[in-house]
Amino acid sequence: MQMFPLTVTNAISRRHGKTLVGPVSCTLMGTGTTIVLGPNGSGKTTLLRLFHGSARLHSGTVTWACDAQIARQQTGFVFQRPVMLRRSVLDNLIYPLRLRGITKKDARFRGETIARRVGLSDLLGHPAPVLSGGEQQKLALARALITDPKILFLDEPCAALDGKSTRDIETILQDAVASGTRLIMATHDLGQARRLADDVLFLLNGQVAEHTPAQRFFDCPTSAPAQAFLNGDIVE
Amino acid sequence: MVDLWGGLSQAFWLIVTLDGDMLDIALRSLRVTLTALVLACAIALPLAAFLAVRRFKYRRTVIAGLNALMGLPPVVVGLIVYILLSRSGPLGVLGLLFTPTAMIVAQMIIIVPLVASIAHQSLRDLWQEYHDLLISMNVTQTQKIQTLLWDSRRALLTASLAGFGRGIGEVGAIMIVGGNIDNVTRVLTTAIALETGKGDFALALALGFVLIALTLAVNLIIHALSRTEREGRW
Repeated sequence: MQMFPLTVTNAISRRHGKTLVGPVSCTLMGTGTTIVLGPNGSGKTTLLRLFHGSARLHSGTVTWACDAQIARQQTGFVFQRPVMLRRSVLDNLIYPLRLRGITKKDARFRGETIARRVGLSDLLGHPAPVLSGGEQQKLALARALITDPKILFLDEPCAALDGKSTRDIETILQDAVASGTRLIMATHDLGQARRLADDVLFLLNGQVAEHTPAQRFFDCPTSAPAQAFLNGDIVE
Repeated sequence: MVDLWGGLSQAFWLIVTLDGDMLDIALRSLRVTLTALVLACAIALPLAAFLAVRRFKYRRTVIAGLNALMGLPPVVVGLIVYILLSRSGPLGVLGLLFTPTAMIVAQMIIIVPLVASIAHQSLRDLWQEYHDLLISMNVTQTQKIQTLLWDSRRALLTASLAGFGRGIGEVGAIMIVGGNIDNVTRVLTTAIALETGKGDFALALALGFVLIALTLAVNLIIHALSRTEREGRW
Protein backbone atom coordinates (compact mmCIF):
# COMPACT_ATOMS: atom_id res chain seq x y z
CA MET A 1 0.00 0.00 0.00
CA GLN A 2 1.32 3.41 -0.96
CA MET A 3 1.35 5.85 1.99
CA PHE A 4 3.77 8.45 0.73
CA PRO A 5 4.12 11.22 -0.17
CA LEU A 6 2.94 12.86 3.02
CA THR A 7 1.82 16.32 2.00
CA VAL A 8 1.49 19.13 4.51
CA THR A 9 -0.04 22.40 3.39
CA ASN A 10 -0.22 25.51 5.54
CA ALA A 11 -0.68 23.41 8.66
CA ILE A 12 -1.03 25.38 11.88
CA SER A 13 -1.22 23.98 15.41
CA ARG A 14 -2.34 26.23 18.22
CA ARG A 15 -2.79 25.69 21.93
CA HIS A 16 -4.37 28.12 24.37
CA GLY A 17 -4.40 30.79 21.65
CA LYS A 18 -0.66 30.49 21.02
CA THR A 19 0.66 29.27 17.69
CA LEU A 20 3.04 26.37 18.32
CA VAL A 21 3.78 25.44 14.75
CA GLY A 22 2.96 26.90 11.39
CA PRO A 23 2.06 27.71 8.86
CA VAL A 24 4.11 24.75 7.64
CA SER A 25 4.17 23.31 4.15
CA CYS A 26 6.35 20.38 3.15
CA THR A 27 6.33 17.06 1.36
CA LEU A 28 7.92 13.90 2.73
CA MET A 29 8.83 11.09 0.37
CA GLY A 30 8.78 7.38 1.08
CA THR A 31 12.29 6.29 2.02
CA GLY A 32 15.14 7.00 4.39
CA THR A 33 15.39 9.10 7.50
CA THR A 34 14.14 12.63 7.94
CA ILE A 35 15.69 14.54 10.79
CA VAL A 36 13.68 17.39 12.25
CA LEU A 37 16.38 19.69 13.60
CA GLY A 38 15.98 22.80 15.69
CA PRO A 39 16.51 24.36 19.12
CA ASN A 40 14.26 23.72 22.14
CA GLY A 41 10.82 25.21 21.75
CA SER A 42 11.05 25.43 17.98
CA GLY A 43 8.05 23.10 17.64
CA LYS A 44 9.72 19.79 16.77
CA THR A 45 7.47 17.70 18.99
CA THR A 46 4.32 19.41 17.78
CA LEU A 47 5.37 18.98 14.16
CA LEU A 48 5.92 15.25 14.68
CA ARG A 49 2.51 14.99 16.31
CA LEU A 50 0.95 16.86 13.40
CA PHE A 51 2.50 14.37 10.99
CA HIS A 52 1.39 11.50 13.20
CA GLY A 53 -2.12 12.89 13.55
CA SER A 54 -2.24 13.14 17.35
CA ALA A 55 -1.95 16.95 17.52
CA ARG A 56 -5.00 19.00 16.71
CA LEU A 57 -4.78 20.77 13.39
CA HIS A 58 -5.98 24.36 13.67
CA SER A 59 -5.98 24.97 9.93
CA GLY A 60 -4.33 23.60 6.81
CA THR A 61 -4.07 19.96 5.81
CA VAL A 62 -1.91 16.90 6.49
CA THR A 63 -2.63 14.24 3.87
CA TRP A 64 -1.24 10.80 3.23
CA ALA A 65 -1.44 9.08 -0.13
CA CYS A 66 -3.87 6.67 1.55
CA ASP A 67 -6.64 6.97 4.09
CA ALA A 68 -5.43 8.76 7.26
CA GLN A 69 -6.94 6.15 9.58
CA ILE A 70 -5.14 3.32 7.77
CA ALA A 71 -1.93 5.35 7.76
CA ARG A 72 -2.10 5.83 11.55
CA GLN A 73 -2.28 2.08 12.04
CA GLN A 74 1.09 1.84 10.30
CA THR A 75 2.93 4.23 12.60
CA GLY A 76 4.91 3.94 15.80
CA PHE A 77 5.92 6.70 18.19
CA VAL A 78 8.87 6.89 20.59
CA PHE A 79 8.97 9.69 23.13
CA GLN A 80 11.83 11.58 24.69
CA ARG A 81 10.86 10.18 28.06
CA PRO A 82 9.84 6.56 27.57
CA VAL A 83 6.45 5.64 29.00
CA MET A 84 6.63 2.29 30.77
CA LEU A 85 3.49 0.30 31.40
CA ARG A 86 3.45 -1.08 34.93
CA ARG A 87 4.07 -4.58 33.65
CA SER A 88 6.98 -6.87 32.95
CA VAL A 89 9.35 -6.11 30.08
CA LEU A 90 7.80 -8.89 28.00
CA ASP A 91 4.26 -7.68 28.65
CA ASN A 92 5.32 -4.17 27.63
CA LEU A 93 6.80 -5.51 24.41
CA ILE A 94 3.75 -7.50 23.40
CA TYR A 95 1.19 -4.91 24.45
CA PRO A 96 0.69 -3.49 20.92
CA LEU A 97 0.32 -7.02 19.55
CA ARG A 98 -2.27 -7.94 22.18
CA LEU A 99 -4.20 -4.78 21.28
CA ARG A 100 -4.36 -6.09 17.72
CA GLY A 101 -5.83 -9.36 18.95
CA ILE A 102 -2.75 -11.55 18.43
CA THR A 103 -2.74 -14.61 20.69
CA LYS A 104 -0.56 -14.60 23.76
CA LYS A 105 1.57 -17.45 22.42
CA ASP A 106 2.37 -15.81 19.06
CA ALA A 107 2.89 -12.44 20.73
CA ARG A 108 5.27 -13.99 23.22
CA PHE A 109 7.34 -15.54 20.46
CA ARG A 110 7.62 -12.23 18.61
CA GLY A 111 8.37 -10.43 21.88
CA GLU A 112 11.25 -12.79 22.64
CA THR A 113 12.59 -12.40 19.11
CA ILE A 114 12.67 -8.63 19.21
CA ALA A 115 14.09 -8.64 22.75
CA ARG A 116 17.06 -10.60 21.43
CA ARG A 117 17.48 -8.05 18.66
CA VAL A 118 17.69 -5.10 21.06
CA GLY A 119 19.54 -6.93 23.84
CA LEU A 120 16.79 -7.16 26.46
CA SER A 121 16.54 -10.96 26.55
CA ASP A 122 17.86 -11.24 30.09
CA LEU A 123 15.35 -8.75 31.46
CA LEU A 124 12.08 -10.12 30.06
CA GLY A 125 10.64 -10.97 33.46
CA HIS A 126 11.65 -7.74 35.19
CA PRO A 127 9.13 -5.00 35.90
CA ALA A 128 9.67 -2.38 33.18
CA PRO A 129 9.55 0.72 35.44
CA VAL A 130 12.71 -0.36 37.30
CA LEU A 131 14.91 -0.58 34.19
CA SER A 132 17.64 2.00 33.63
CA GLY A 133 16.98 4.95 31.31
CA GLY A 134 18.82 3.39 28.39
CA GLU A 135 17.07 0.05 28.81
CA GLN A 136 13.70 1.77 29.05
CA GLN A 137 14.31 3.62 25.79
CA LYS A 138 15.41 0.39 24.08
CA LEU A 139 12.24 -1.25 25.34
CA ALA A 140 10.13 1.66 24.08
CA LEU A 141 11.82 1.42 20.70
CA ALA A 142 11.36 -2.34 20.47
CA ARG A 143 7.72 -1.95 21.52
CA ALA A 144 7.19 0.57 18.75
CA LEU A 145 8.94 -1.66 16.20
CA ILE A 146 7.23 -4.93 17.12
CA THR A 147 4.23 -4.21 14.90
CA ASP A 148 6.55 -3.58 11.92
CA PRO A 149 5.36 -0.03 11.38
CA LYS A 150 5.95 1.57 7.99
CA ILE A 151 6.83 4.84 9.71
CA LEU A 152 8.46 5.43 13.06
CA PHE A 153 8.30 8.84 14.72
CA LEU A 154 11.01 9.53 17.28
CA ASP A 155 10.98 12.58 19.52
CA GLU A 156 14.55 13.13 20.76
CA PRO A 157 14.88 9.48 21.81
CA CYS A 158 18.49 9.90 22.95
CA ALA A 159 18.24 13.29 24.66
CA ALA A 160 18.72 11.82 28.14
CA LEU A 161 21.05 8.94 27.26
CA ASP A 162 24.80 8.47 27.46
CA GLY A 163 27.08 7.65 24.53
CA LYS A 164 26.82 3.87 24.66
CA SER A 165 23.03 3.80 24.96
CA THR A 166 22.79 6.33 22.14
CA ARG A 167 24.96 4.13 19.95
CA ASP A 168 22.85 1.05 20.75
CA ILE A 169 19.67 2.95 19.88
CA GLU A 170 21.17 4.25 16.63
CA THR A 171 22.21 0.72 15.64
CA ILE A 172 18.66 -0.50 16.17
CA LEU A 173 17.38 2.44 14.13
CA GLN A 174 19.79 1.75 11.27
CA ASP A 175 18.64 -1.90 11.23
CA ALA A 176 15.05 -0.72 11.09
CA VAL A 177 15.83 1.57 8.15
CA ALA A 178 17.60 -1.27 6.38
CA SER A 179 14.48 -3.40 6.71
CA GLY A 180 12.38 -0.66 5.16
CA THR A 181 11.03 1.44 8.06
CA ARG A 182 10.73 5.15 7.37
CA LEU A 183 12.11 7.25 10.22
CA ILE A 184 11.06 10.76 11.13
CA MET A 185 13.10 11.89 14.08
CA ALA A 186 13.35 15.11 16.03
CA THR A 187 16.68 16.00 17.60
CA HIS A 188 18.81 18.96 18.53
CA ASP A 189 21.96 16.84 18.51
CA LEU A 190 23.95 17.81 15.41
CA GLY A 191 26.21 14.76 15.57
CA GLN A 192 23.26 12.43 15.61
CA ALA A 193 21.64 14.34 12.76
CA ARG A 194 24.80 13.95 10.68
CA ARG A 195 24.99 10.22 11.40
CA LEU A 196 21.40 9.36 10.56
CA ALA A 197 19.88 11.97 8.25
CA ASP A 198 18.92 11.51 4.62
CA ASP A 199 17.12 14.81 4.59
CA VAL A 200 16.86 17.57 7.16
CA LEU A 201 13.90 19.70 8.11
CA PHE A 202 15.27 22.68 10.01
CA LEU A 203 12.67 24.22 12.25
CA LEU A 204 12.82 27.62 13.92
CA ASN A 205 10.04 29.34 15.86
CA GLY A 206 7.47 26.94 14.48
CA GLN A 207 8.42 27.56 10.86
CA VAL A 208 10.33 25.38 8.43
CA ALA A 209 13.46 27.41 7.80
CA GLU A 210 14.96 24.85 5.46
CA HIS A 211 14.14 21.39 4.07
CA THR A 212 16.97 19.90 2.02
CA PRO A 213 18.88 16.64 1.53
CA ALA A 214 21.27 16.05 4.42
CA GLN A 215 24.47 16.40 2.39
CA ARG A 216 23.47 19.80 1.09
CA PHE A 217 22.19 20.92 4.48
CA PHE A 218 25.44 20.19 6.27
CA ASP A 219 27.72 21.39 3.44
CA CYS A 220 26.05 24.61 2.36
CA PRO A 221 22.90 25.54 4.24
CA THR A 222 20.97 28.29 2.51
CA SER A 223 19.19 29.94 5.41
CA ALA A 224 21.06 32.19 7.81
CA PRO A 225 19.70 30.55 11.00
CA ALA A 226 20.73 27.09 9.76
CA GLN A 227 24.24 28.37 9.04
CA ALA A 228 24.41 29.84 12.50
CA PHE A 229 23.07 26.62 14.07
CA LEU A 230 25.66 24.53 12.24
CA ASN A 231 28.40 26.90 13.34
CA GLY A 232 27.44 26.18 16.92
CA ASP A 233 25.89 29.57 17.57
CA ILE A 234 22.85 29.78 19.80
CA VAL A 235 19.82 30.35 17.62
CA GLU A 236 16.50 31.51 18.99
CA MET B 1 -11.38 -2.93 82.81
CA VAL B 2 -13.04 -6.07 84.12
CA ASP B 3 -15.49 -5.83 81.21
CA LEU B 4 -12.64 -5.53 78.71
CA TRP B 5 -10.92 -8.67 80.02
CA GLY B 6 -14.24 -10.45 80.22
CA GLY B 7 -14.94 -9.52 76.61
CA LEU B 8 -11.52 -10.66 75.47
CA SER B 9 -11.75 -14.03 77.18
CA GLN B 10 -15.31 -14.56 76.00
CA ALA B 11 -14.26 -13.67 72.44
CA PHE B 12 -11.44 -16.18 72.74
CA TRP B 13 -13.83 -18.94 73.83
CA LEU B 14 -16.41 -18.02 71.19
CA ILE B 15 -13.77 -18.40 68.51
CA VAL B 16 -12.02 -21.45 69.93
CA THR B 17 -15.24 -23.38 70.47
CA LEU B 18 -16.62 -22.21 67.13
CA ASP B 19 -19.83 -21.10 68.78
CA GLY B 20 -22.74 -21.83 66.40
CA ASP B 21 -24.61 -18.54 66.80
CA MET B 22 -21.45 -16.48 66.59
CA LEU B 23 -20.32 -18.31 63.46
CA ASP B 24 -23.71 -17.84 61.89
CA ILE B 25 -23.72 -14.12 62.56
CA ALA B 26 -20.11 -13.62 61.46
CA LEU B 27 -20.64 -15.50 58.22
CA ARG B 28 -23.77 -13.48 57.49
CA SER B 29 -21.80 -10.26 58.06
CA LEU B 30 -19.16 -11.47 55.67
CA ARG B 31 -21.66 -12.61 53.06
CA VAL B 32 -23.66 -9.37 53.08
CA THR B 33 -20.64 -7.08 52.92
CA LEU B 34 -18.63 -9.11 50.41
CA THR B 35 -21.63 -9.39 48.07
CA ALA B 36 -22.28 -5.67 48.38
CA LEU B 37 -18.58 -4.99 47.79
CA VAL B 38 -18.31 -7.14 44.65
CA LEU B 39 -21.43 -5.56 43.15
CA ALA B 40 -20.29 -2.07 44.16
CA CYS B 41 -16.86 -2.59 42.59
CA ALA B 42 -18.45 -3.85 39.38
CA ILE B 43 -20.13 -0.45 39.14
CA ALA B 44 -17.55 1.82 40.76
CA LEU B 45 -14.32 0.70 39.03
CA PRO B 46 -15.46 1.04 35.41
CA LEU B 47 -17.17 4.30 36.37
CA ALA B 48 -13.93 5.62 37.87
CA ALA B 49 -11.94 4.63 34.77
CA PHE B 50 -14.54 6.21 32.52
CA LEU B 51 -14.34 9.45 34.50
CA ALA B 52 -10.55 9.38 34.19
CA VAL B 53 -10.35 8.98 30.41
CA ARG B 54 -13.48 10.63 29.08
CA ARG B 55 -13.95 14.39 28.88
CA PHE B 56 -17.55 15.57 28.97
CA LYS B 57 -19.37 18.64 30.07
CA TYR B 58 -20.35 17.78 33.63
CA ARG B 59 -17.35 15.58 34.42
CA ARG B 60 -16.02 17.77 37.21
CA THR B 61 -19.47 18.05 38.73
CA VAL B 62 -19.86 14.27 38.74
CA ILE B 63 -16.44 13.83 40.39
CA ALA B 64 -17.18 16.46 43.02
CA GLY B 65 -20.53 14.79 43.62
CA LEU B 66 -18.92 11.38 44.12
CA ASN B 67 -16.39 12.86 46.53
CA ALA B 68 -19.17 14.46 48.53
CA LEU B 69 -21.15 11.22 48.60
CA MET B 70 -18.20 9.47 50.30
CA GLY B 71 -19.50 11.01 53.49
CA LEU B 72 -23.06 9.83 52.92
CA PRO B 73 -24.62 9.10 56.35
CA PRO B 74 -25.54 5.39 56.45
CA VAL B 75 -28.61 6.06 58.57
CA VAL B 76 -30.05 8.30 55.90
CA VAL B 77 -29.26 5.74 53.18
CA GLY B 78 -30.99 3.12 55.31
CA LEU B 79 -33.99 5.35 55.74
CA ILE B 80 -34.33 6.04 52.01
CA VAL B 81 -33.90 2.37 51.07
CA TYR B 82 -36.47 1.52 53.79
CA ILE B 83 -39.00 3.93 52.30
CA LEU B 84 -38.38 2.61 48.79
CA LEU B 85 -38.72 -1.03 49.85
CA SER B 86 -41.53 -0.69 52.41
CA ARG B 87 -44.94 -2.18 51.57
CA SER B 88 -46.34 1.18 50.46
CA GLY B 89 -43.16 2.26 48.70
CA PRO B 90 -42.47 2.09 44.95
CA LEU B 91 -40.50 -1.16 45.25
CA GLY B 92 -42.71 -2.67 47.96
CA VAL B 93 -44.02 -5.43 45.69
CA LEU B 94 -40.57 -7.01 45.65
CA GLY B 95 -40.97 -7.86 49.35
CA LEU B 96 -37.30 -7.22 50.05
CA LEU B 97 -37.55 -5.27 53.29
CA PHE B 98 -35.99 -7.07 56.30
CA THR B 99 -34.01 -9.46 54.06
CA PRO B 100 -30.25 -9.74 53.52
CA THR B 101 -30.84 -8.49 49.95
CA ALA B 102 -32.11 -5.17 51.29
CA MET B 103 -28.97 -4.93 53.44
CA ILE B 104 -26.79 -5.60 50.41
CA VAL B 105 -28.55 -2.87 48.42
CA ALA B 106 -28.11 -0.33 51.22
CA GLN B 107 -24.41 -1.18 51.64
CA MET B 108 -23.83 -0.96 47.89
CA ILE B 109 -25.18 2.58 47.87
CA ILE B 110 -22.81 3.47 50.70
CA ILE B 111 -19.75 1.76 49.17
CA VAL B 112 -19.99 2.82 45.49
CA PRO B 113 -19.06 6.52 45.93
CA LEU B 114 -16.18 5.66 48.27
CA VAL B 115 -14.62 3.05 45.98
CA ALA B 116 -15.23 5.14 42.85
CA SER B 117 -13.63 8.25 44.36
CA ILE B 118 -10.51 6.52 45.65
CA ALA B 119 -10.15 4.48 42.45
CA HIS B 120 -10.59 7.59 40.32
CA GLN B 121 -7.69 9.33 42.04
CA SER B 122 -5.19 6.64 41.13
CA LEU B 123 -6.64 5.92 37.69
CA ARG B 124 -6.40 9.60 36.85
CA ASP B 125 -2.71 9.71 37.82
CA LEU B 126 -2.00 6.59 35.78
CA TRP B 127 -3.88 8.00 32.81
CA GLN B 128 -1.67 11.09 32.91
CA GLU B 129 1.36 8.83 32.80
CA TYR B 130 0.01 6.64 29.97
CA HIS B 131 -1.82 9.29 27.94
CA ASP B 132 0.70 9.99 25.19
CA LEU B 133 1.63 6.35 24.73
CA LEU B 134 -1.91 5.04 24.47
CA ILE B 135 -2.96 7.86 22.15
CA SER B 136 0.02 7.12 19.91
CA MET B 137 -1.06 3.47 19.77
CA ASN B 138 -4.60 4.32 18.65
CA VAL B 139 -6.24 2.36 21.44
CA THR B 140 -10.02 2.27 21.64
CA GLN B 141 -11.90 3.63 24.64
CA THR B 142 -12.55 0.11 25.94
CA GLN B 143 -8.89 -0.89 25.58
CA LYS B 144 -7.86 2.27 27.44
CA ILE B 145 -10.15 1.44 30.34
CA GLN B 146 -9.02 -2.20 30.43
CA THR B 147 -5.34 -1.19 30.43
CA LEU B 148 -5.82 1.36 33.20
CA LEU B 149 -7.86 -0.97 35.39
CA TRP B 150 -5.37 -3.82 34.99
CA ASP B 151 -2.24 -1.75 35.54
CA SER B 152 -3.56 -0.04 38.65
CA ARG B 153 -5.05 -3.20 40.14
CA ARG B 154 -3.14 -2.84 43.40
CA ALA B 155 -4.44 0.67 43.99
CA LEU B 156 -7.93 -0.53 43.12
CA LEU B 157 -7.53 -3.28 45.68
CA THR B 158 -6.81 -0.66 48.32
CA ALA B 159 -9.91 1.20 47.20
CA SER B 160 -12.04 -1.89 47.52
CA LEU B 161 -10.56 -2.73 50.94
CA ALA B 162 -11.60 0.74 52.07
CA GLY B 163 -15.07 -0.09 50.77
CA PHE B 164 -15.01 -3.37 52.67
CA GLY B 165 -14.03 -1.56 55.85
CA ARG B 166 -16.87 0.88 55.51
CA GLY B 167 -19.35 -1.90 54.80
CA ILE B 168 -18.38 -4.43 57.46
CA GLY B 169 -18.35 -1.86 60.26
CA GLU B 170 -21.56 -0.18 59.24
CA VAL B 171 -24.59 -0.46 61.49
CA GLY B 172 -27.01 2.41 60.78
CA ALA B 173 -28.32 1.38 57.38
CA ILE B 174 -28.50 -2.38 57.86
CA MET B 175 -30.20 -1.99 61.21
CA ILE B 176 -33.01 -0.03 59.54
CA VAL B 177 -33.48 -2.09 56.37
CA GLY B 178 -32.55 -5.47 57.89
CA GLY B 179 -34.31 -5.12 61.21
CA ASN B 180 -31.76 -7.19 63.19
CA ILE B 181 -33.93 -10.31 63.04
CA ASP B 182 -32.36 -13.31 64.75
CA ASN B 183 -31.18 -15.96 62.29
CA VAL B 184 -32.24 -13.85 59.30
CA THR B 185 -30.70 -10.42 59.22
CA ARG B 186 -28.65 -10.23 62.43
CA VAL B 187 -25.03 -9.42 61.69
CA LEU B 188 -22.06 -8.64 63.95
CA THR B 189 -22.60 -4.89 64.15
CA THR B 190 -26.34 -5.07 64.83
CA ALA B 191 -25.77 -7.84 67.38
CA ILE B 192 -23.22 -5.65 69.17
CA ALA B 193 -25.72 -2.79 69.28
CA LEU B 194 -28.38 -5.13 70.66
CA GLU B 195 -26.17 -6.71 73.35
CA THR B 196 -24.92 -3.29 74.42
CA GLY B 197 -28.52 -2.13 74.73
CA LYS B 198 -29.32 -5.19 76.84
CA GLY B 199 -26.34 -4.46 79.07
CA ASP B 200 -24.40 -7.63 78.21
CA PHE B 201 -21.15 -5.78 77.67
CA ALA B 202 -18.97 -8.87 77.76
CA LEU B 203 -20.82 -10.53 74.88
CA ALA B 204 -20.98 -7.23 72.97
CA LEU B 205 -17.23 -6.82 73.38
CA ALA B 206 -16.61 -10.41 72.39
CA LEU B 207 -18.56 -9.90 69.18
CA GLY B 208 -16.61 -6.67 68.66
CA PHE B 209 -13.30 -8.49 68.89
CA VAL B 210 -14.59 -11.13 66.50
CA LEU B 211 -15.48 -8.31 64.06
CA ILE B 212 -12.01 -6.81 64.30
CA ALA B 213 -10.40 -10.23 63.84
CA LEU B 214 -12.59 -10.84 60.79
CA THR B 215 -11.65 -7.52 59.19
CA LEU B 216 -7.97 -8.13 59.84
CA ALA B 217 -8.17 -11.65 58.44
CA VAL B 218 -9.88 -10.52 55.22
CA ASN B 219 -7.33 -7.75 54.68
CA LEU B 220 -4.37 -10.04 55.32
CA ILE B 221 -5.72 -12.75 53.04
CA ILE B 222 -6.29 -10.31 50.19
CA HIS B 223 -2.86 -8.76 50.62
CA ALA B 224 -1.25 -12.20 50.61
CA LEU B 225 -3.16 -13.28 47.51
CA SER B 226 -2.31 -10.12 45.60
CA ARG B 227 1.35 -10.12 46.64
CA THR B 228 1.27 -6.44 47.56
CA GLU B 229 4.66 -4.81 48.18
CA ARG B 230 6.49 -7.70 46.59
CA GLU B 231 6.86 -7.04 42.89
CA GLY B 232 8.31 -3.78 41.63
CA ARG B 233 6.89 -0.47 42.63
CA TRP B 234 3.26 -1.04 41.75
